[in-house]
Amino acid sequence: MASPRPVSADEIESLAIGAWILGTGGGGSPYLALLNMRRLYREGTVVSLMDPMDLADDDDVAVVSNMGAPLVGQERLTDPHTIARAVTMMEEYLGRPFRAIMSLEIGGGNAIQPFMAAALLNRPVVDGDCMGRAFPEAQMTSFAIHDLQMYPLTLVDVRDNAVVVARAASWKWMERLSRTACVAVGSIAGTCKAPRTGKEIKECAILYSTSKAIRIGQTVQAARRAHRDPIEALIEAENGRLLFTGKIADVARRATEGFLRGTAKLDGLGAFRGQRFELAFQNEFAVGWLDGVPTVTTPDLICVLDTVSGDAIGTETLRYGQRATVIALPAPPILLTPKGLTHVGPRAFGYDLEFTSVFA
Amino acid sequence: MRRIGIDVGGTNTDAVLLDGTHVVHAVKTPTTADVTSGITTALRDLLAAAGPSGPVDAVMIGTTHFTNAVVQRRDLTLVAAVRIGLPASASLPPFVDWPEDLADLVRGEVVMLEGGHEYDGRPIVPLDETGMRDAARRIRAAGITSVAIASVFSPLNAECETRAAAILRQECPDAAVTLSHELGRIGLLERENATLLNAALVGLARRTTQAFTEALRASGLAAPLYLTQNDGTVMLAATAEAFPVYSFASGPTNSMRGAAFLSGLSDAIVIDVGGTTTDIGSLRHGFPREANNVVEVGGVRTLFRMPDLLSIGLGGGSLVADDGHRVGPRSVGYRLVEEGRVFGGATLTATDVAVAAGLIDLGDRGRVADLSGGLVKTALARMHASIEEGVDRMKTDAREEPLIAVGGGCFLVPELLAGVSEIVHVRHQAVANAVGAAIAQVSGEIDQIFQNLSREGAIAEARRLAEDRAVAGGADAATLQVVEVEDLPLAYLPGNSLRVRVRVVGDIRDGGQPDAAGDRR
Repeated sequence: MASPRPVSADEIESLAIGAWILGTGGGGSPYLALLNMRRLYREGTVVSLMDPMDLADDDDVAVVSNMGAPLVGQERLTDPHTIARAVTMMEEYLGRPFRAIMSLEIGGGNAIQPFMAAALLNRPVVDGDCMGRAFPEAQMTSFAIHDLQMYPLTLVDVRDNAVVVARAASWKWMERLSRTACVAVGSIAGTCKAPRTGKEIKECAILYSTSKAIRIGQTVQAARRAHRDPIEALIEAENGRLLFTGKIADVARRATEGFLRGTAKLDGLGAFRGQRFELAFQNEFAVGWLDGVPTVTTPDLICVLDTVSGDAIGTETLRYGQRATVIALPAPPILLTPKGLTHVGPRAFGYDLEFTSVFA
Repeated sequence: MRRIGIDVGGTNTDAVLLDGTHVVHAVKTPTTADVTSGITTALRDLLAAAGPSGPVDAVMIGTTHFTNAVVQRRDLTLVAAVRIGLPASASLPPFVDWPEDLADLVRGEVVMLEGGHEYDGRPIVPLDETGMRDAARRIRAAGITSVAIASVFSPLNAECETRAAAILRQECPDAAVTLSHELGRIGLLERENATLLNAALVGLARRTTQAFTEALRASGLAAPLYLTQNDGTVMLAATAEAFPVYSFASGPTNSMRGAAFLSGLSDAIVIDVGGTTTDIGSLRHGFPREANNVVEVGGVRTLFRMPDLLSIGLGGGSLVADDGHRVGPRSVGYRLVEEGRVFGGATLTATDVAVAAGLIDLGDRGRVADLSGGLVKTALARMHASIEEGVDRMKTDAREEPLIAVGGGCFLVPELLAGVSEIVHVRHQAVANAVGAAIAQVSGEIDQIFQNLSREGAIAEARRLAEDRAVAGGADAATLQVVEVEDLPLAYLPGNSLRVRVRVVGDIRDGGQPDAAGDRR
């Protein structure tokens, strides 16, 4: 297919469903970003999607994300002008324009942020990201695993506040500096991360994850239309694994350092009756225990889905009594390398556990 | 204990007298334009037939009035929407995810002002009080009588909403004001939507609850009056007047709980065919399957916890047009007995078609003898198709399930439906709504911020307060059960702050007189 190709309004709808599933509980619900896109498409906008292999080695690509606590995003609603301003600020800082815009994380609302910026700035979106899911911190990317430069970064809020992090001594420092600025402006901000060349994208990004998210959404929608079990269809189409089916019995959350941390407990239903599953999250689901035994850990994708509809359930929308199914989806291979695991394995989240993939 | 359950539908007013779990008597009368006389008639018939057998402990009224108004886009008050939170949330203004036709009817003024709060309680920017005063003057000049105010993070800090309301009342003393923090939770758009819908319904709510109260007085009943809520519990009439949205979908909840009670089935599809709409739901373990998180009412997203229902614009009073190719969604409603052809009127309705087809014997069959067989066949096929499609959409399992058909218009449900194992009809099916209302329970809810308590301590305290409210609202303390617990930590507020919401539900106490302070849910 020709690249860049136009993305239809239906594909944006599917993208929202798929991205929310790939969000593994975090990344924020894509609904509000979707509403913005519906408005933009009604006004005649069409965003195009670019095959990353069509980038020239020296093209500049903006990598964007809406940063902050999902809970805050439910009140301070995302606005395309914020993310577009983070991109134009970076262009001003660099003194040159971007060829295209890419998502930092395909999981959750950030899958749609580049589309919002692209709609206002008339640039294509690159089919890919650098997480293949959602993660809570800046160093949890394929770019960080490849030791790419992590600065500069621009961060803007809805008022007239803007921050440029010109340099940072490490990814951890970049995370600390940008997170502090983010908390200061209310735990929600538009960010443009370190610019990437076409060569870096082709060699170090998670390629075609935008198409994957659209495809996952289409799988779920097709199963619903056919009255098939959407979760079963998803597991089949994406080589996933069923981990647990039950009812949410308890949720504990605390907001610390700009993150939503907590645990959720599920009591088993059906084949899992009598068993208990416990989940720990830090914005995203990080570890799952079946009857006290750790059975799944990051970076395997831990997705909690509404048992009936197959819609993803976010860590901020977990609620007592919900019927939920926990599944695992395979992580991008780069995250499973020894180096990858130091960035995104269970120890990176403070769990003294050895990573064993449920797909091993 | 003896309870009266009344269901005021768009077409019929049904009433039942329950003694414990026994249906003593049931009556069905047409809903009248003034509502009151229909209820008075139903109560008179009920009390006369039941005979002198002791006092009535409680009267519960369930009504689809408010839901119908939204679904049919009728009797809605023009609303001024005030959103406080700029410069945040500017690209998604009030009504952004509403269906256009409904927004066109409700959207009076849209005002977006600077203000609102951060998640940690700091102001985003100061409230634009001058802007609010200017807006209030515009609202008055435009003759708008109902105002919905929603501020960013108002569930954590309601200051902007209460201040804006104070300014508004200075300029528009007679306007009805709905504040979002009184209705909703975190989630600006959904909370704002609920606030807008409530504001659009306040005029209708005032007229309706006053009519109910008068009807009770006229019947000589001294029992407390409750209105049923969407979760199958009841609230005092005074609360319902200010918060009509709480009663959304209470009709369907009542009908499904009534159907479960009457049929003894706990797992089935329930179809309730009224005069104007048909509601299709799924019964699981005796309770309606709940919609997850976001619920649409008339196409508008809200955060109410409600049964997962599909409402289609088809009922006994639905207008039949285009030689039978179009049935509904417009309906003659309660005027069926005057305007329907078999009752001597001139309007062709779904009921007339059913009579012509021999599905039911009502009114004067001779008055539909002239209908062509083609029209009757086409209209029946049209109704069959829309019911079948609705049932199919509500099923989440490809296996066949039993279907309980209830409601005054259930004769419109075909004998055979794809995906359905059997159609179950029950005694008193036509008044399942009223039965569900009569068996409704009382709830107590608390939603507040606790400081310097452990999570367990805060939840225990919230539970105690919620139980107090339920008991004050007329619940039997021994039957109280916690049905919902939700806690939300608030970072960066002093003293380890936690917002806790707990809801408990229990049976109505024998002879329980509610205390006015106890009805707030």
